[in-house]
Amino acid sequence: MGFQPMARVESNEAPGTLPRDSNRRVRSHRTPQNMGWKPMLRPLFPSVTRALSDHMDWHIIIAAVIKIVVFVFLVTLPMVAMSVWAERRVSAAIQDRVGPNRVGPFGLLQAVADGIKFLLKEDFTPAQVNKFYFWLAPALTMVPALLTSAVIPFGSRLFGEKMVIADLDVGPLFVFAISSLTVYGIVLAGWSSNSKYSFLGGVRSTSQMISYEISLGLSIIPLILIYGELNLGRIVQEQAVNGWALLPLWGEGLSLKGFILAIPLFISFVIFMTSMFAETNRLPFDLPECETELVAGYHTEYSSMKFALFFLGEYAAMIIGSGLAVTLFFGGWSLPFGWLAPESIDAAVPWWHGLIHIGVYFTKVIGVILFFIVIRWTLPRFRYDQLMRLGWVFFFEIALFNVALTAILLAVL
Amino acid sequence: MTFLFYLFSALALFGGIGVVVNRNPVSSAISMILSFLGLAALFIQLDAFLVGILQILVYAGAIMVLFLFIIMLLDVREEQRRRRSIVHFIGASGVAIAFVALVITVLSRGDIGKANFTALTESKGPGTSDVHQIGELLFSTYWFPVQIVAVLLLVATVGVVVLSKKELK
Repeated sequence: MGFQPMARVESNEAPGTLPRDSNRRVRSHRTPQNMGWKPMLRPLFPSVTRALSDHMDWHIIIAAVIKIVVFVFLVTLPMVAMSVWAERRVSAAIQDRVGPNRVGPFGLLQAVADGIKFLLKEDFTPAQVNKFYFWLAPALTMVPALLTSAVIPFGSRLFGEKMVIADLDVGPLFVFAISSLTVYGIVLAGWSSNSKYSFLGGVRSTSQMISYEISLGLSIIPLILIYGELNLGRIVQEQAVNGWALLPLWGEGLSLKGFILAIPLFISFVIFMTSMFAETNRLPFDLPECETELVAGYHTEYSSMKFALFFLGEYAAMIIGSGLAVTLFFGGWSLPFGWLAPESIDAAVPWWHGLIHIGVYFTKVIGVILFFIVIRWTLPRFRYDQLMRLGWVFFFEIALFNVALTAILLAVL
Repeated sequence: MTFLFYLFSALALFGGIGVVVNRNPVSSAISMILSFLGLAALFIQLDAFLVGILQILVYAGAIMVLFLFIIMLLDVREEQRRRRSIVHFIGASGVAIAFVALVITVLSRGDIGKANFTALTESKGPGTSDVHQIGELLFSTYWFPVQIVAVLLLVATVGVVVLSKKELK
């Protein structure tokens, strides 16, 4: 029974379906000749391929896959490895040591050596653990961190394609929603390890993350009030033309209104960064894995690659957090003073501008990562009650006050 | 999209069954999160991005963390050992039968699925996000219910503070 390509005459739509897919108009003129390779797959998985090909544009999927592979797997993951190296070198410099400098030039290949070591080590599972959750937990810390990178715009446009994997209208909310799932990995690791140190680490982490999520969420509300926008791409475009949130020195930002609004934005930034430190469990807030009290906290019982996944998850969360901070407060991919800024979100961007924008984004992100690292080796660890007091008594109230302040300023100005 | 609809419905149902079937309370909680994720994906498929994201942010990200937190402090093994009695069985079947009867009554009314609602995003023209429109509706048409809910939440907060104080002066 041969397969005959045929025009789509039948509509799979149920009578009451909402007419919401704007792409349909584009697709309706397709003839059997230009349907490409899609019909070839149909006899293999008739229902699945029909469902997929009738309602999706393949070029969107292919573009998304390329962006995911390049941005997440070829850039973010190596950056995770490199930031581990940077952490060790910077900490060494701060403590007047040398740090890893033997593997490759400047010790740059140390990360590769560490990775091989982690893979080759014995993957030991203690006898008393709950096996299923013990295995699930490392994945649950790593995956949300990488998922959140989907909505962060890492460039303007390249060859007409927006440099963001998913251009959502609820960008920051998506990041907070997905990263709030990270806590399950830590909680389950602590619980399933069946060890009191792990368990205490897990419990601490849960309460810490819940406490700081509130101020993290509240801290960016002033920014959203000012830009009137939840789409990260449009926020960056606005900042590219009218001044970064923290540097309103060009465009419409260069006015009394811009300068006054920079005050609540700066307060937001301080709360945001501090909460980000707490959310990513970095010093001075790394209570869940406080060595002196809890051995290694929630990952005490882990070894080999499972331990490495916790480690990488922490750094991945730090990189995405830096990306979000850059996007919200430092104009994302845009150069200062409106240089090379596209006129609007839909304007065409020459390919070399696009490349420069991507480079600018990653330069800024690396800057923020270095800031994270330097802070880690500068400040001592907080005590647990101090941490909770700081979150609930100070940052929560300041963030609420800041929202009210911004609303009043916007109403007056 | 029908394929994705079935995929995520299956995920939500699978999670829902897991909540009931699992004897381990932690597994039940995790199944519930799975169910919420499936539900969120279904909302997002209906272009209701804000509702879908809030489903994850509030239910999966905040409320279930607290659930898990409490469950972890219980003795899970004792919970697993607990026997089911005939009273549980009768009570549960009673509730299940009542629910199925309710669903059948509603579905047999005949006009289900015939109503043709326009999506919120369509009603004010394309290009405006659902966040803007929900915000506008909440603070114009529905401002009074929003105020009532706000007061309700304030009452609850004050209540918690009062209850958690060890001694009232």
